[in-house]
Amino acid sequence: MMLSILFVAVGGFFGAIARFGVSNWIKGKYPSSFPIATLIVNLSGSFLLGLIIGANLAHSLQLLFGTGFMGAFTTFSTFKLESIQLRAEKKWKSLVIYLGITYTIGILFAFIGIRLGTIL
Amino acid sequence: MKYVAVGIAGMVGASLRYLIGLSFQHVWLYDFPFATFSTNMVGCFLLGWFTLLLPRLKFLPPVMIPALGTGLIGSFTTFSTFSVETVELMINSKWGIALLYILLSLWGGLLFLWLGYRFGSSKGETST
Repeated sequence: MMLSILFVAVGGFFGAIARFGVSNWIKGKYPSSFPIATLIVNLSGSFLLGLIIGANLAHSLQLLFGTGFMGAFTTFSTFKLESIQLRAEKKWKSLVIYLGITYTIGILFAFIGIRLGTIL
Repeated sequence: MKYVAVGIAGMVGASLRYLIGLSFQHVWLYDFPFATFSTNMVGCFLLGWFTLLLPRLKFLPPVMIPALGTGLIGSFTTFSTFSVETVELMINSKWGIALLYILLSLWGGLLFLWLGYRFGSSKGETST
């Protein structure tokens, strides 16, 4: 139990830093009112978590890379915060595109990841 | 320094999410992924609230704003687990629950974030 939490915590430490780093880097390189950074993080994380689950890794590795790293690397709350901000700015088109792409491609990528992980 | 603070907060956020997942392990609501769902909803409310609250707290060191918002709440909530759980429901032909999960996350997340936002903005005003 304590060891399990340690795996999740270490994964979470690096996952959060990776998200913060990737977001800052993308925001600096491609400044845009569209939340592209969170989108990329969530889509790639969905694919990679699918891969981890599909590959059926040892439990400790699933906790470290899956629950810990990918769980913290991707985020649901920031995604919703950005959606509410797009709504407040009345950027309806961006809002619909952001919600639509995140859900459809996120679920599709997770599916591809799981299938690919099963094969590998 | 900012990165270390975000990382430490991320450690706490991920561990809390894991512990909540463990405690909901035996709660079965027709295969509905209740643990991730409730974690995400609570996180949305808190992030909405924190977004307006934290910059107003004068005693708070500036490094704590990304630490609590991006680090703690960002890591507490998760999108990848949501996607994978939805795919697992679909693979098991639980289409109704999968659809319910997507729709409740979509609208519930927006609602809870907005409620948190409202909760944060009403504080400090004399009447609302």
